[in-house]
Amino acid sequence: MTITGTGSRATRALGVLTLALFALLALLGLVLSPPDAAMGEAVRLFYVHVPAALASYAGIAVLGFGSVMYLWKRSLTWDLLAAAAAEIALVFTALTLVTGSLWGRPTWGTYWEWDPRLTATAVLFLLLLGHVAVRAAGGDVHGRARRSAVVGLLATVDVPIVRYSVDWWRSLHQPATLSKLDPTIDGLMLFSAFVGIVAFMAAFTWFLLHRFRVAWLEEQVEELSLADAIVERRAEGGRS
Amino acid sequence: MWRDAFAVAGRDLRIEARSRVAVNQVVPFAFIVLLLFGFALDPDRGILQRVTPGLFWVTVLLSALVVVQRSFAIERSDGGRDALRVGGIDPAGVFLGKGAAILVVLLVLEVALLAAVAVLYGAPLAGWPLLVVSAVVTTVGIVAPGTIYGALASGLRVRETVLPLLFLPVVAPVMIGATRAFEAALEGSTGAGWRWCGLLAVFAASYTALGMLLFEPLLEES
Repeated sequence: MTITGTGSRATRALGVLTLALFALLALLGLVLSPPDAAMGEAVRLFYVHVPAALASYAGIAVLGFGSVMYLWKRSLTWDLLAAAAAEIALVFTALTLVTGSLWGRPTWGTYWEWDPRLTATAVLFLLLLGHVAVRAAGGDVHGRARRSAVVGLLATVDVPIVRYSVDWWRSLHQPATLSKLDPTIDGLMLFSAFVGIVAFMAAFTWFLLHRFRVAWLEEQVEELSLADAIVERRAEGGRS
Repeated sequence: MWRDAFAVAGRDLRIEARSRVAVNQVVPFAFIVLLLFGFALDPDRGILQRVTPGLFWVTVLLSALVVVQRSFAIERSDGGRDALRVGGIDPAGVFLGKGAAILVVLLVLEVALLAAVAVLYGAPLAGWPLLVVSAVVTTVGIVAPGTIYGALASGLRVRETVLPLLFLPVVAPVMIGATRAFEAALEGSTGAGWRWCGLLAVFAASYTALGMLLFEPLLEES
């Protein structure tokens, strides 16, 4: 089977759906939903911040799963899937950090607060950066796959430990700074948050499918060009 | 596995005993780091004393990076890595052996550093049981991921630069736990300190287990 592009009928439909969801999210989040009583307009950041954080966790789950499956099955498909998930998780983690500190500015008065969640996310960002760096370091295909699977697995295991330790670290020193969303939350706000999560998950899936296919095509190109080079070399040998 | 581990650890420690790289280079490196903290943070004893636990563990962490790099430089020279593979040594044994050798070096370094912070920073050392136990558990928690990443990075051309990037974020929770446990020991509030010790033990145990499982793929052809 040859893939000639990264799109298919299904992914195109998913892409259109994703765009429609984001349009709906923009309408809900920016226009229709009311400002929060305590947080004011800053609450609107939550409609992208929380979904982005959830999407990054989804990416890490896929990264961990793909890493384990590669080490078990030794199939490059799992390696490429894990790599695609790591890159996308990195983007969503960055987005979480940026929206988090933008939210912190009006709420806490600073862009950076040593809040457990923010701090844990920063460590998470660096863990993912390490995975991407190992992939970029090259080596032969399976060597690279083995190394990145180990890094991916170790990073995934570290995520809950980091989260727990940072939580504990801060809670011993100060009360939680992050005010919980009010339980009697406005219906429209809750719905906006829900649409945000669905939209980001759709975007995550779309990115993952395409990034995986691009990576797969890259592998095909590598193999093809190697095969071509061998054929060419043989032809030269025949002439002389 | 245990026999292989002892053999590898013995070999690494013998190399250290003869070359004295850790003693002659890493220990002085750690001391200069301690001095630099003094220069950076106005050596008014008040400040240094208060942040002693943090500075101590940052210094250990930086030294651990150097020791891990040295440990895998040994493998690269004279085809040590290939010899390990050809010799049919259990990968889990290699992991445990190399880890144990690094652990011994780091523990010795920590004793020296503890004396140094007591003198240089005027830190009043107290709460010995907690201090010693948490230091040992922490060091295992530093060494286990350090050994995994050391092996992983040693096959790469960018090994010197990629190792810190991989290693330091993973041990961030160890850094937090170790510092808090050390502080608790100094303040005499051991209850919280032992809880941190528990977290450190969980970390050390999980990464040691992972290392034993994952060393095989890492020792394959890089």
